[in-house]
Amino acid sequence: MKPINKLVLALAAATALAAPAMPLLAQATPNPVVLSGDVKAVKAVTGPDGKERTELVEPSTIVPGDRLVFGTDYANKGAEPVTNFVVTNPLPAAVRLAPDADPALTVSVDGGKTWGVLGALTVSNPDGTTRPAAQADVTQVRWVLTSIAPGASGRLTYPAIIR
Amino acid sequence: MLAGLLVSAPAQAGGVTAGTLIENTAEATYEEGGAPRNISSNTVVVKVDELLDVTLTSLDPGRLTARPGNAVLTFELTNQGNGPEAFRLLADPAVAGNDFDTTFRAIAIDSNGNGTYDDGVDQILGQPQTTPVIAQDARITLFVLVTVPQGAADGQTSTVALSAQAVTGSGTPGTVFDNAGVDGGDAIVGTTGALATARGVLSNSFASVQLVKSVVLRDPFGGTGAVPGTVATFTIEARVSGSGEVANLVVTDAIPAGTTYAPGTLALDGSALSDAVDGDAGNASGTNGIAVKLGNVAAGTRRAVTFNVTID
Repeated sequence: MKPINKLVLALAAATALAAPAMPLLAQATPNPVVLSGDVKAVKAVTGPDGKERTELVEPSTIVPGDRLVFGTDYANKGAEPVTNFVVTNPLPAAVRLAPDADPALTVSVDGGKTWGVLGALTVSNPDGTTRPAAQADVTQVRWVLTSIAPGASGRLTYPAIIR
Repeated sequence: MLAGLLVSAPAQAGGVTAGTLIENTAEATYEEGGAPRNISSNTVVVKVDELLDVTLTSLDPGRLTARPGNAVLTFELTNQGNGPEAFRLLADPAVAGNDFDTTFRAIAIDSNGNGTYDDGVDQILGQPQTTPVIAQDARITLFVLVTVPQGAADGQTSTVALSAQAVTGSGTPGTVFDNAGVDGGDAIVGTTGALATARGVLSNSFASVQLVKSVVLRDPFGGTGAVPGTVATFTIEARVSGSGEVANLVVTDAIPAGTTYAPGTLALDGSALSDAVDGDAGNASGTNGIAVKLGNVAAGTRRAVTFNVTID
């Protein structure tokens, strides 16, 4: 009888230790940063003055060649500044970076192994030579912010064209 | 994950396939109080809609040489859109400016893919004439079967126009057909208007033959009288006009009654031909007359057959 009682007690103790551990971990570290993504389509519209301009609209009908703007809103909801804030956005395979993307944008053309501005990157040709990287080669874009103050927020965007 | 990112998007002329989902997610890493943290954004998803585009090209090498009777014009249709699409076809043989109009018979698709119309093999399209569903960037060869009327003159031309339009819809570029595209997405008319027209031109080309017969008399007295003993030299000139050529042209003539063929006098363009039925082009005898095989003779050519008879 006694050995059995000890076993039951041991099991109960193990359960009591394990069960509260997970909620405690989550509660202890609420994520102070909020990331919210969206996508808009760029449509050319003719204004009342007859001049053509572009508008960002909901992408209801999109086809190859259309322009999209992918946006990410960030906000620090916490009480402390966050630092070394790095946002990485892999490009969907069906789009390419638009030619009018900010040339200072940090990008990768090799799936994130190396990073730099587009003008400084090269792509290997099948014959072993290299060529300057083009917008269509970009696999990821990245933004680096030194810190975000408590309550601060911002928006990051990149323009893309559907392949 | 990484492998998926490195797969390059399909580099198709029509672009990303209709129905493709474009999904975008941003990921962030940062430090909070020196501790590394990370977070992902929500994923935004948009679906690529169907682009309707088509091109049509005549595959005939310039003007197609035809003659009265049946003729075949060849076209190539390419689905330049980004989804599977069928195309409605319409052939118009009565194009403004035609010297003559052909009669439309049918449109066929190159079922066996050999680029040449094969009667009984290549499928004739029923009404309404519609291609099968053609995959993105795929192309098919189409044949327009017409008949050149007998009354058409040599050298006259006739244009046949073939048009194709996307079954889902066509019109002004940018026109949207809600929920009519692949996977229930929208379909939108591309830069071609989802409508294409190509023209093929037939040049009616046939040769015709005119035979001109003449005779020169030389009587035994040095004159030109027709008396017994007078030698009559007949010349039969075959004049081929028009364009192209005539095939297997044979000039025959009988020896006139009251005359006797002068053996060994048959000649073609001044070169003697033996009287016997043998390897050369001609033969001659009093009974059967003369026959000279000229074979295929190009338009613009004249051939002269000569032979002598003596008046009995």
